[in-house]
Amino acid sequence: MDPIHIEKVQTELERYLNKDVYVHLETTNGAYASHNDENAYNVGAFIRNAKVRYNHAKIVGSGNVYRVGLKLDIGWVYAEGLSEYEVDDQNRLLMAGHDREGRLMVTLEISETPFHY
Amino acid sequence: MEKHVVVIYPHPDDEAFGASGTIAKFRSEGVPVTYLCGTLGEMGRNMGNPTFANRETLPEFRKKELINACNVLDIELEMLGYRDKTLEFESKAEVAEHLKGFLDEIKPSLVITHYPGYAVHPDHNALGAAAIEAVKRMGEADRPTIWAQAFSRTHLEELGEPDVAVDISPFFKKKMETILAHQSQASGILGGMDPATADLEAIAKERLGAERFYTWKF
Ligand SMILES: [Zn+2]
Repeated sequence: MDPIHIEKVQTELERYLNKDVYVHLETTNGAYASHNDENAYNVGAFIRNAKVRYNHAKIVGSGNVYRVGLKLDIGWVYAEGLSEYEVDDQNRLLMAGHDREGRLMVTLEISETPFHY
Repeated sequence: MEKHVVVIYPHPDDEAFGASGTIAKFRSEGVPVTYLCGTLGEMGRNMGNPTFANRETLPEFRKKELINACNVLDIELEMLGYRDKTLEFESKAEVAEHLKGFLDEIKPSLVITHYPGYAVHPDHNALGAAAIEAVKRMGEADRPTIWAQAFSRTHLEELGEPDVAVDISPFFKKKMETILAHQSQASGILGGMDPATADLEAIAKERLGAERFYTWKF
């Protein structure tokens, strides 16, 4: 993955406007957070292959950390903390944010075909 | 001497961190070992350090790493095809029957798995429970011994000292080699440091020097 280039990612997001797309959205601090630190709290959520259609999309941010919002007919898809992106060999848009040790903290991925289950 | 040992864990690298010294010891005695690995660790957070995988490529990397680790240990591998983080939501009875299919075939004398409720990750607890259920469903005469592994904060307090302690010092090199085969995971889990500068072996020796298990009592 490469550091997010805001104009390039904006163009990529618009590639999927008004199309049925599959989304993988995830955030996690790991299954061991409270095992490694008694005061920590395990938090995580993911949704894989949610089928949505968005009519408006924007990436916003400063420095090297960004937020993405996808506006649906009756709702939103939102991710915060994205810093890297890639259009992979299957032409899917992958965005993610990692901590200093390279561990994934958040990811938002968009594809016209379902992600491998 | 054991006839055949079956190791049942959910993630590629559980065998490395948890039991690779013990596995190496059995292999050195000529005992066949089969690893039933539940998932491909699809939802792991460690993407290599520096990062080389992403959420979509991680399973392919981890599958290769798992195969390499099993080659290092010279053991058989079966990948069970569940998805990381979802094992606790599967039907325990179905998973148990799935596992029992392998056990009926292999007829092991010993099964190594996680101690349900004391193995921290929900996948560990769920697959450990299904493994024990699978053995329970076998005829009493056919049942292998079960060694269950616990490492939650409270396990010593609540379960007492493990009755099985395997001296893995002669096999420590093998254990390190197995851990390092899981390239995307090793440095993240060994302390989140740069593998080029960190002394992973020293960390591993301190943190992973002993492999201890509880013999399961039905
Ligand atoms: Zn695990």
